Amino acid sequence: MNQFVNLPDTNGLFGSFGGRFVAETLMPLILELQDEYAAAKNDPEFQRQLAYFQGDYVGRPSPLYFAERLTEHFGGASIYLKREELNHTGAHKINNCIGQVLLAKQMGKKRIIAETGAGMHGVATATVAARFGLPCVIYMGATDIERQQPNVFRMKLLGAEVIPVTSGTGTLKDAMNEALRDWVTNVDDTFYIIGTVAGPHPYPAMVRDFQAVIGHETRSQMLEKQGRLPDSLVACIGGGSNAMGLFHPFLNDPDVQMIGVEAGGKGVKSGLHAASLNGGTPGVLHGNRTYLLQNEDGQIIDAHSISAGLDYPGIGPEHAWLHEQGRVEYVSATDDEALEAFQICCRQEGIIPALETAHALAEVAKRAPRLPREHLMVVNLSGRGDKDMMSVAHHLGEKFQ
Amino acid sequence: MNTPTRLKDCFAALKQQNRPALVSYLTAGDPDAETSRRLLHGLPEAGVDIIELGMPFSDPMADGPAIQKAALRALEGGQTQVKTLDMVRRFREQNSTTPIVLMGYYNPIYCYGVERFLTEAASAGVDGLIVVDLPPEHDEELCQPAAQHGIDFIRLATPTTDAKRLPKVLSNTSGFIYYVSVAGVTGGSAPTPERLEASVAQLREYTELPIAVGFGIRTAEQAATIGRFSDAVVVGSALVDCIEHASTPDEAVERVHGLVSELAESVRACRTASEPQVC
Ligand SMILES: Cc1ncc(COP(=O)(O)O)c(C=O)c1O
Repeated sequence: MNQFVNLPDTNGLFGSFGGRFVAETLMPLILELQDEYAAAKNDPEFQRQLAYFQGDYVGRPSPLYFAERLTEHFGGASIYLKREELNHTGAHKINNCIGQVLLAKQMGKKRIIAETGAGMHGVATATVAARFGLPCVIYMGATDIERQQPNVFRMKLLGAEVIPVTSGTGTLKDAMNEALRDWVTNVDDTFYIIGTVAGPHPYPAMVRDFQAVIGHETRSQMLEKQGRLPDSLVACIGGGSNAMGLFHPFLNDPDVQMIGVEAGGKGVKSGLHAASLNGGTPGVLHGNRTYLLQNEDGQIIDAHSISAGLDYPGIGPEHAWLHEQGRVEYVSATDDEALEAFQICCRQEGIIPALETAHALAEVAKRAPRLPREHLMVVNLSGRGDKDMMSVAHHLGEKFQ
Repeated sequence: MNTPTRLKDCFAALKQQNRPALVSYLTAGDPDAETSRRLLHGLPEAGVDIIELGMPFSDPMADGPAIQKAALRALEGGQTQVKTLDMVRRFREQNSTTPIVLMGYYNPIYCYGVERFLTEAASAGVDGLIVVDLPPEHDEELCQPAAQHGIDFIRLATPTTDAKRLPKVLSNTSGFIYYVSVAGVTGGSAPTPERLEASVAQLREYTELPIAVGFGIRTAEQAATIGRFSDAVVVGSALVDCIEHASTPDEAVERVHGLVSELAESVRACRTASEPQVC
């Protein structure tokens, strides 16, 4: 049974989603990247280097940790945390950056660019750029720069140039527009490290493959611990890379349930949210067809989320397809639910999660209590929350005084 | 009814006159609906041969700041796809010869519904489409359906389009081919004429279609230089800047049409000066 893992097709399509809707200037490069990536996938030397850096530099494998206190707290399913926050730079983002920078090197590119929302992808990109001695430019929305100050400083320390983007609402989508403009202008020497499973083909598949290490490890770790596969997997969704990385190696296991958690902002009904599948319609943006937040005239609507990393009006095309296939369930968690779950995780487990990750934990809070202890639930702890101290302090300000 | 030969007739007539076409770009609805209508209606008289009318999009990834701002002004003023098509319809009531090419991004067309859009565009009198984010790999989306409605699909060739890829870019392209003079977004730096002339000459080996050159052309002087070896010169950001810098609608109209007149005069004279003629 291979029905869910043979995609995309040669045109980069997952059903009708995906594709390469980009300007002609970028097409030759995108085709070249596709060929280079296809070769790297089967190149033992590339895979050896990737494994080396994932191990000694990133610190993989990340533990699959039984969250005993969280399990007790919710009083239901056994909760396991896949500890991606323990990776170098504090999130899953570096799994992908390490892969892409190796490819950039192989292609002889001289300069790295990236977009960032929460700054985790920006930090991970700046990190690998430093490690491989490449100059690096990070585009970040002005609003996000405001709410993720510590990461801005980290990127600068790592030698990256952080360019504030003021167009639109100054969030992730605008940063991505600006990165694409840079890429078109500097197409000869520049490699664009996209941070999630979105963008034109081959990015959604390539980023997924680099992140799939999460799911592969989870699989063997759970087999080792419990002698069987998990019953459910839960992950938050911005563009969907940490979720796809966890889910993909299990897609053909029909007994493994999967839940992607979108950012519900102030509630999907309020219109102030970032839940593209729960509150959007199909459209074409940033090189692929997927579900988008847009008005009836096809103008993109700004997303809203307490978490900068989920504040994006689209979602990776493979998720759009899995949604339509009904293979993965997509739900949403509001800002308030995420904040609540954030605090529970801090107090019960002594782990400060990223606000993005807190959305996945919010779904666990709803689901776990209704399930028996035998139910093995894996949550992707996609990142740590140090970067969110200012935002959380702001939102919880009164309670702390 | 649509006359699918307007672009062809236009280029044929200009060939007779031995001069390149002046192509203007403005965003529909910029800075507001009424001023945009006045701007559009006055373009032929000011000397424009082919009109590119931008369909504003919230996320114009291939455009620089000038056209990004123009799209925002238009959207803030309530511009929609319906209104843009209506502008063309009203223009056609007064002008049946000047070709109009709608330019933009795929999403607003996709959301409108491709069949509905093409049917209405054809009946409004649209002659061609330039959709920046639809490479030939996605021809079945819009390019092929457009042909069935008698609407030309004009493709961009760029400095990164190599000889291997060029045939693919040229297949299914009709009306003219738009050579993007520099790798980059609209409103960027100007290309060097020597390199450009060589690129256009190379392109001619592959196609009989008229070749328009755009991106980075701002002045009458540049238009004249490039018009000597190309079939059309496209000016966009420089015109859009006139709108941004005007303090009243009247001033915007005056400035835009003023610059168009200068450019028109220059392309009309560019091959009769001492330079040898091409084409
Ligand atoms: C910790 C963390 N988790 C999740 C995300 C969301 O991205 P994705 O859905 O691609 O995993 C981000 C993005 O910045 C992040 O920093």
